[in-house]
Amino acid sequence: MTTTKEPRENELAKRVDKAQYLVVAVLVAVGAFLIYNALTLETGFAKVDPVGPRFFPLVVGIAAVLLGVVLAIAIPRGSVGEADAGEDIDPESPGDWRTVGMLVGLFVAMILLVNPLGWVVMGTIFFGGAATILGSKHYVRNFVIGLALSLASFYAFYSGLGIPLPAGILDGIL
Amino acid sequence: MENIDWLIQGFEQAATPMNLLYAVIGVLLGTAVGVLPGIGPAMTVALLLPITYNVSPSAAFIMFAGIFYGGMYGGSTTSILLNTPGESSSVITAIEGNKMAKAGRAAQALATAAIGSFVAGTIGTALLVLFAPAVSRFAVTLGAPSYLAIMLFALVAVTAVLGSSKLRGAISLVLGLAIGIVGIDFLTGQPRATFGIPQLSDGIDIVVIAVAIFALGEALWVAAHLRRRPAQVIPVGRPWMGKDDWKRSWKPWLRGTAYGFPFGALPAGGAELPTFLSYITEKKLSKHPEEFGKGAIEGVAGPEAANNASAAGTLVPMLSLGLPTNATAAVMLTAFVSYGIQPGPTLFDKEPLLIWTLIASLFIGNFLLLVLKLLRTPRPYLYAGILFFATLGAFAVNVQPLDLALLLVFGLLGLMMRRFGLPVLPLIIGVILGPRIERQLRQSLQLGAGDWGSLFTEPVAIVTYVLMAVLLIVPLVLKLMHRDEETLLIVEDDKDQREKAQA
Repeated sequence: MTTTKEPRENELAKRVDKAQYLVVAVLVAVGAFLIYNALTLETGFAKVDPVGPRFFPLVVGIAAVLLGVVLAIAIPRGSVGEADAGEDIDPESPGDWRTVGMLVGLFVAMILLVNPLGWVVMGTIFFGGAATILGSKHYVRNFVIGLALSLASFYAFYSGLGIPLPAGILDGIL
Repeated sequence: MENIDWLIQGFEQAATPMNLLYAVIGVLLGTAVGVLPGIGPAMTVALLLPITYNVSPSAAFIMFAGIFYGGMYGGSTTSILLNTPGESSSVITAIEGNKMAKAGRAAQALATAAIGSFVAGTIGTALLVLFAPAVSRFAVTLGAPSYLAIMLFALVAVTAVLGSSKLRGAISLVLGLAIGIVGIDFLTGQPRATFGIPQLSDGIDIVVIAVAIFALGEALWVAAHLRRRPAQVIPVGRPWMGKDDWKRSWKPWLRGTAYGFPFGALPAGGAELPTFLSYITEKKLSKHPEEFGKGAIEGVAGPEAANNASAAGTLVPMLSLGLPTNATAAVMLTAFVSYGIQPGPTLFDKEPLLIWTLIASLFIGNFLLLVLKLLRTPRPYLYAGILFFATLGAFAVNVQPLDLALLLVFGLLGLMMRRFGLPVLPLIIGVILGPRIERQLRQSLQLGAGDWGSLFTEPVAIVTYVLMAVLLIVPLVLKLMHRDEETLLIVEDDKDQREKAQA
């Protein structure tokens, strides 16, 4: 009896994907925030609104926490989600989180600097930087394409669509 | 028969060379802006609206219709080629269409989307002319309880029917509903879950969420797993649909049209619901169910037809009642009013003009061949480009860096969902339908003086709840019956192994 059961347990242990507890954490955090936020709302404005502004966030918040609990129970039992596949994706690779981290860093720079530096400068850095991080070795060409795209989009949005993207430090030149 | 006479007159009016030229220009502009990832028809129409002010009203209207169809077409093009639907109604197209493109069948996916849109648009417009008065009379009779039931049905259907793991579908849905709560409560005016940030009072723009979850999430996920070695060359395939593709497309086109038009005509019906229903139906009816999720042509043909038929249907309440049922219709209504045209029954004689514009949109087919080259661009440039245009699209909505921060947060959420196999669609549906469900629920109860029983007074609502129950219970029953067989098998398996162990 015991000999037949052991390999099965090993198999299960191997398939447990501990990183999924991140999803549990997100669900519980979202749920807790919604419940807390809902309880700060004023109710009883109108008798004909028996549901009130609290009901919906409370239901969603409680559902989020419950689903987090269910997932937390399901994970050690070997429940795994099927990661997204695709033509450009090498599912065997362990995951290159350094690249993702650098892209996120670039994105944060974009958020902070797009207004002071302007769309054209930041767009050039953004595209060129992203292409370089993703492994394109033609460094000059990366930034030239970025500049072309940023300039084209700046003028297309400015004169074509009437949306002024920030000019930043190049204000007056563009 | 009077309608037919008007139709003929409409053709005579629209088919002048000058008007056709305006239509072509409109379609070209609409497609060019619409192919920008993250920019959907509503945004395209809104962005290009000022251009139509410089020409005469009738020419402006024709050009405007061209922009509308071009924008819709451009939107499905980016869904298929870049997996970046610009509007919620082309989300479904992205699911199968992008898989087809990755399998080297981009040309067929685009063709079935284009021809399906054309077929559905033509039929839808004809239905509009013939049945508009009757349809709008029926649509008007549906009250808040019926809409509530129909929207709940959509949530249940998307979460329970699509996707392999119901738990993960539900998680995704709840996250979407949570995002939808952000903003001012419409009845009491209190900010909910806004973190005290005033810009969040209007809620989070659906364009930002869609671009983040689809484009940014995808680009980051690919970045984590990008093949460093060059992958096999994508087989280009035949440039046009084969006989088999036609055979598999024409029924989904017609079924999609049948779903799309009535829903479009319903106030608050919209294009999302019929595209899901069409997708689910095609998945059930398909002779190739194993291809779904890997690039089934039916999964592009049906939803695209539903999308376009719904757009034609949307014109029914908009023209007969002046009631816009989706974002695009709302923008169009703004345009009508700005031309001094009052939407109402008198407008129906001008409506057939759309048909000509629709035909013109087929000329765009050639233009699309240029876009096809996108698939052959080097991977770092393709994904850097997606990141760039995603940023541009999200930033241009309000030109505030806060939208970019939201884009990053939801982009990381999209990355997480891809890593852990959480389906994307229920989240988007939750964001769109969540606030509308809450509104309908509370309005129904207000109208019913706070009586919960008032939710079950309309026949359409009751029928929908029954359907929902069937949808939930039938798979459970099937599973239970199936499980009996499975447990039997496992028991046999155990016996087998025990015997082996003993031996």
